[in-house]
Amino acid sequence: MESLLQTLLNGVASGGVYALVALGYTLVFSVLGVINFAQGALFSLGGYATYLLMGGRIGVNGAWPGLGLPVALPFGLALLLAALLTALASLLVERVAFAPLRRRGAEPLQSLITSLGAGVVLVNLLQILMGAEGYAFPDGAGALAGLPDMVVLGGARIRTIQLLLLAICAGAVLLLSLWLERSRGGKALRAVAEDFTTARLLGIDSDAMVRLAFALSGVLAGLGGGLVGLSVSLTGPYFGISYGLKGLAVLVLGGLGSVPGAIAGGLLMGLAEALVPADASGWRDALAFAILFGVLLLRPGGLLGRVQVDKV
Amino acid sequence: MIDNGLLVQMLLGALLGLSVYLPLAAGQLSLATPAFYAIGGTLAALLSTRWALLGGGVDGSLPVLSLLLELLLGGLLAGVLAALVGGLVLRLRGIYLAIATIALVEIVRVAILNLPFTGGAVGIFGIPQPFAEASGYLLPVLGLLTLAGWFCQRLEALPLGQAMAAIRDDELAAECLGIDTTQVKLRAFVLSAVLAGATGVLAAHFLNTWNARQGTFDASVATLAFVILGGSRTWLGPVFGGLLLTALPELLRPVGDARLVLFGLVILLGPVLAPQGLITPALLERLGSLGRGAAR
Repeated sequence: MESLLQTLLNGVASGGVYALVALGYTLVFSVLGVINFAQGALFSLGGYATYLLMGGRIGVNGAWPGLGLPVALPFGLALLLAALLTALASLLVERVAFAPLRRRGAEPLQSLITSLGAGVVLVNLLQILMGAEGYAFPDGAGALAGLPDMVVLGGARIRTIQLLLLAICAGAVLLLSLWLERSRGGKALRAVAEDFTTARLLGIDSDAMVRLAFALSGVLAGLGGGLVGLSVSLTGPYFGISYGLKGLAVLVLGGLGSVPGAIAGGLLMGLAEALVPADASGWRDALAFAILFGVLLLRPGGLLGRVQVDKV
Repeated sequence: MIDNGLLVQMLLGALLGLSVYLPLAAGQLSLATPAFYAIGGTLAALLSTRWALLGGGVDGSLPVLSLLLELLLGGLLAGVLAALVGGLVLRLRGIYLAIATIALVEIVRVAILNLPFTGGAVGIFGIPQPFAEASGYLLPVLGLLTLAGWFCQRLEALPLGQAMAAIRDDELAAECLGIDTTQVKLRAFVLSAVLAGATGVLAAHFLNTWNARQGTFDASVATLAFVILGGSRTWLGPVFGGLLLTALPELLRPVGDARLVLFGLVILLGPVLAPQGLITPALLERLGSLGRGAAR
């Protein structure tokens, strides 16, 4: 029997991951006004990269049993490197799926298709390289740098990884918000988000800011993928896609382009899912979308979003 | 290389392409087609396996007349549901509408997975066959496609079609001209759902089994790709896109695991290389004048 504290903590932890994914969408959306549908695939990539860097073995569908990298890094370092890798991959996605269309001034709808295409390519490349089977991360004390597996908190036994996940999510979100709010680069990014042309007139290199947004959203996807991989497992190359979809629901729930909205939406969604009783768990995956549906109908601009006004 | 079974699948793809095209012709990006397709297929699977009146034989056969009845019921159910849901979601615009319809697809998928009478993850199988061979399905599928294509062609001359085009070009201007934009968008959405529901009925019998995986986010992506790659300015575009993209993964089977990578590359590069899609009104114009030139 799970205690309420455990249930709530589970909810907040998965909510943190949803917030990471939604923030990844938010960064790109606020700058370009489009959704990067490759985000879920980048999430998968982050999970697999972390797994490999920690010394995990891949089977390649049994074709090459025991294949792996000749390194076994501690979790923190592996996660950082993996996030760096997904940032590079995200830049590549921008280069092939977004930049050509932007230069031509194409309809935003088309980048929806191209980014989906990039996601399909990425996930299936993972499938060919890593195989379709699931992997559990190398277990034990080594993975968590000597931390105990469980801690007792308020009478409840809680997995350390859940706390770690929560701390890293909170840290990443906090750093990002501070950076956006305070730093020169963050202000420039928000200026581009506000008005592309004016920002350019002010001497801000808009293209560089777009690339920065993609790189940062790639980092968030990589962190999310690695953390979920370690705390749950890698269930196959498609595992990021379902997080990508939930993140989409969170994104709209909080209001497109709103940073506090994405965080609040993520936590709300995680908590709501955690509170679904076990005998109705089959319906859990629909809950996020049912909530989204309800919110969209009551507040078309999202919980914390701005309502769009038509300009003639 | 293309056998009758694949041909039927390609034609079903073309029908789904048209279903996505209809709301888009009124400027509405709806990804709900797989939801209504799944509902139509589930209805057909339930009716023909459980309802003795339809005359499903113990040998797994089904009278063709019963198939026609199912087509009507499947289209009707999808249409009624679309009218109910459409009134709510069509207030949303652009990407909000797209995401709300993705949510709809997910809700329908989870419902079919969890309802007590839809067979869970395994689904419903042993769906009675009105035709013994795959080739038997060619006639009804081609018939439905012809009907839908004729309707789309005819639509361009009707007030509804012209109102849809006006909304697509500029919704605010259309409203100022006195067009009841809410009604027009709703009709396009309902027509799209009816077509998807009927297509689902045919697909359920053709595939012989039906489960929740028939209507997923992946299917939303694929059907949208039919329209974007084929071209969204004329109804021939989605038909062509549906035929081509349904055949592609099968034709790529010789390259094995890499086929889905190649499929992704096609979706990735399509809008970059052919921004208007493959079939554009300008292309049709040129083909038409070529034809006239040859006839002379």
